[in-house]
Amino acid sequence: MLDVDAVSKSYATAQGPIEVLRCVSLGLGPGRTLALTGESGSGKSTLLHLIAGLDAVDAGTIRLGGSCVTGLGDAARAALRRTAIGLIFQQFNLIPSLDVAGNLGFQARIGGRHDAAWQEELTERLGLGEVQARFPEQLSGGQQQRVAIGRALAGRPALILADEPTGNLDEATGEAVMALLLELVDASGASLLMVTHSPRLAAMLDARVTLRAGRVA
Amino acid sequence: MRALVVLRTLLAHWRRHPVELATLLVGLAVATALWSGVQALNAQARASYDRAAAVLGGDVLSTVVAADGQRFPLEDYVALRRAGWKVSPVIEGDMRRADGSVRVLGVDPVTLPPAAGSLDIGEGAERLTQFLTPPNLALAAPETVARLGGAQDLPPLAESADLPPDTLVVDIAVAERLLDAPGRLSRLLLAPGETRALPAALAGRLRVEAPRETGDLDRLTDSFHLNLTAFGFLSFVVGLFIVYSAIGLAFEQRKPMLRTLRACGVSARMLTGVMVGELVGLALVAGLAGVVAGYAIAASLLPDVAASLRGLYGARVPGSLSLAPAWWAAGIAISVGGALFAAAGSLWRAWTLPLLAPAQPQAWLQAQRRGLRLQGALAAAIGAGALAALVFGDGLVAGFAVMGGLLLAAALLLPSVLAGVLSLGARGARRPMVQWLWADGRQQLSGLSLALMALLLALAVNVGVGTMVDSFRRTFTGWLDQRLAAEVYLTAADAEGAQAVALWLDARPEVRARLPIWNVEGRLRDWPVEIYGFRDDPTYRDNWPLIATLPEAWDRVAAGEAALVSEQLARRLNLALGETVTLPSPQGPWPVEVAAIYSDYGNPEGQVMVAVDALTARWPEVDRRRLALRVAPEAAAALVTDLRAAFPGVEAVDQRALKDLSKRIFERTFTVTVALNALTLAVAGIALLTSLLTLSNLRLVQLAPLWAMGVTRRRLAAIEMGKALALAALTALAALPLGLAVAWVLTAVINVQAFGWKLPIFLFPGQWLTLLGMALATAFLAALWPAWRLRRASPLTLLQGFSNER
Repeated sequence: MLDVDAVSKSYATAQGPIEVLRCVSLGLGPGRTLALTGESGSGKSTLLHLIAGLDAVDAGTIRLGGSCVTGLGDAARAALRRTAIGLIFQQFNLIPSLDVAGNLGFQARIGGRHDAAWQEELTERLGLGEVQARFPEQLSGGQQQRVAIGRALAGRPALILADEPTGNLDEATGEAVMALLLELVDASGASLLMVTHSPRLAAMLDARVTLRAGRVA
Repeated sequence: MRALVVLRTLLAHWRRHPVELATLLVGLAVATALWSGVQALNAQARASYDRAAAVLGGDVLSTVVAADGQRFPLEDYVALRRAGWKVSPVIEGDMRRADGSVRVLGVDPVTLPPAAGSLDIGEGAERLTQFLTPPNLALAAPETVARLGGAQDLPPLAESADLPPDTLVVDIAVAERLLDAPGRLSRLLLAPGETRALPAALAGRLRVEAPRETGDLDRLTDSFHLNLTAFGFLSFVVGLFIVYSAIGLAFEQRKPMLRTLRACGVSARMLTGVMVGELVGLALVAGLAGVVAGYAIAASLLPDVAASLRGLYGARVPGSLSLAPAWWAAGIAISVGGALFAAAGSLWRAWTLPLLAPAQPQAWLQAQRRGLRLQGALAAAIGAGALAALVFGDGLVAGFAVMGGLLLAAALLLPSVLAGVLSLGARGARRPMVQWLWADGRQQLSGLSLALMALLLALAVNVGVGTMVDSFRRTFTGWLDQRLAAEVYLTAADAEGAQAVALWLDARPEVRARLPIWNVEGRLRDWPVEIYGFRDDPTYRDNWPLIATLPEAWDRVAAGEAALVSEQLARRLNLALGETVTLPSPQGPWPVEVAAIYSDYGNPEGQVMVAVDALTARWPEVDRRRLALRVAPEAAAALVTDLRAAFPGVEAVDQRALKDLSKRIFERTFTVTVALNALTLAVAGIALLTSLLTLSNLRLVQLAPLWAMGVTRRRLAAIEMGKALALAALTALAALPLGLAVAWVLTAVINVQAFGWKLPIFLFPGQWLTLLGMALATAFLAALWPAWRLRRASPLTLLQGFSNER
């Protein structure tokens, strides 16, 4: 389903180019979950961004389903994100001007994949029924991350990319959110690639890949 | 030392945010420039009036003048001197020359009281001899000497720095010749301490006039300068919007740093004190740039202002600037004061900033709703104040209070109105991007509202002033057709010349009527007034622009029982139809009934029209040099040519030339208004641009999640541009009714108080469309750079949005 092959990426800085990823390869099957771990600066988030088409590779290919992400232009990559990818960020990144209901259905609706019944089920299972009319700033961190998870899953994407989804939450809340995420990913049939620092959370997923200095360890 | 460290830390913020720093400096400089520019124009003009009023001690010496305001015989002066009065004779008047008129003042330096000290004849007997004996000397301001030097019809000129421009001081015998007034005097200067009552033989014809602290020019031009000041103040306020917005944004951006500084042990007092110091430093830099720009603005507008003042009031103001150091200091002080005023809220929040950020940040929507409610209440209170000023107030200041209240209330209401419109739009939206668009517009409103308020003010004032000027233009053109109904107007060199011309005209068959335009000048209830005599003729009965009239008014005026008075005189003296007004004449007070009131646009002095026979009976020495002629229009040009050939000293002009001249003066009068109008709109454009620029960094953070979810940068940029245009269009639509209200206040309240005439309002939809186009163009230009930046934003920039503090 997801095939990352020999991907390299570097960034230009005033001190010269910094190689963030060096010939990284990995794969993820349909309905499977994979933890991406490693020290800070090892390239985990960069790899996630490249898979999502948020940034372009220097070398290598990334295939998602039938599409070659690395061969697509800006507009086509945007379309791929609308329909096939759900993103969950550590900072939640909800849309502050929309209420909870608006945030939950936003990506599914702009991707033309909105399913009212599924959104209702997600709302209920995420425990957001009572706060649907609230705005992001009126929610706790745990509630905001649950909205972000719901938003990523509402369009039933083939792949969920999560960048330290519990990094901003306390341990108990983080575990509850994680359990919910896995349960819902399972229910939707999506694959999950999750960046995490936590060995305990990584252990909850089917497989783990560790990056060290931009290479698969 | 600690303060320096804190200051260095605070200043580091500006190094990382140069656009915000530029915004702050530009806002302050622009606000200061427009305010200082207008103040420079006013200061220059007022200094000229003061110089004019101070000539011959006019501001400190009492004078003896004729009761009817005319010149009086030299014998009266001789009689007073023989009775032991310490008086000094003066004759004054305008001398017409091909390149414009010159004010001539004839004095007797031997009897001149020392208090008339502004007359600098020079040291030594030699200079005095030159002044008194042929070819004599004429004293004048240096710029006048430069302009008139070498003139054949004037004595040799000598510089006297204290004199106002276009004024000549000469020996009284020379003045008699230049003004063609042998044996006549205008006034007598009374030496200080002379407090006796005038001898009974003279008391009926002469009276003592106390020195005037302010001259007629000061009073007559007050409204003109108040208008300029109002425009300058409006521009200053619009500029402060930019400053307020820039300082508010900087405070929000620096809040985490301020908390850190406080946590590291910097006291609230020191932190706020250093912030004030930082602000004062920036304000000094911007203020200096502002006053330099203000000087440039004033220098470029001064020729038009001087021409307006001369055309409207006969005031002589030099065309070049010379400003006192106090003006520069005041400009910089206003910059510092404005910056501190605009920053007061942010400084207070810095002073009271809690060390720890609240656990539950206030929801923007709640805060916005509370802010809008507060603004709404404030707008209602200010609106009620404006209404009270309209109903109960009197005078020009009340008029400007109405306008200021109306504009401020409307500006404060604008965010609520826009929020309401956006809420309505959101209700009808079904598609997610459209829903987001409306909701995001509401959220963005708080950041843009100040710039939109500035745009609203600028557009409304543009609509208001534009409507007023164009209504005035249309009314003025129609009024000129009524007032200048005769085909030819002429002025003879003297009374004998006028008689010869009259005989010549009687032999011309194409001349249907010869109408005298004879007038005297006097004072009515201490205001200058012109009294005109006219011959009963259909020219007047069919055309004169009467506003209100009693039955058979023309017959009664022709019979010498009544008078017509101009609108401004009627308003100034609160005269009603049927009321009696007493005119001071050499034959004694002359009571006449007000039979009709007519419009007399553009004339600062009041006017009274009486039958010409009644005028000559009471003022036998009336100036009889001017005539209007009724001829077939096609014969006018040939008649003017023949007149000029037959009488080289006669000034003859046909109706079309006179109308063209009047229209040129009219257009020049509004040049400054139109220029200030355009500058205010430009400042509003800068406010919008700077707001969008400073918000664009925050917007990247807000838009990055949408991009991550699959909305292309191109689409986001188009949406941002569309939103700016829509908000500007909504603001322009709101500005239209507000602008019409401003036009009504200008024409029905302020013009009446300032100039004494009321204008009908006409609507000019073409002008509105132009302004809408300008508003959209302003918004387009202002949004172009942020939209382009978003369109070209690298993924790296957008990805940084995910890690920034939100």
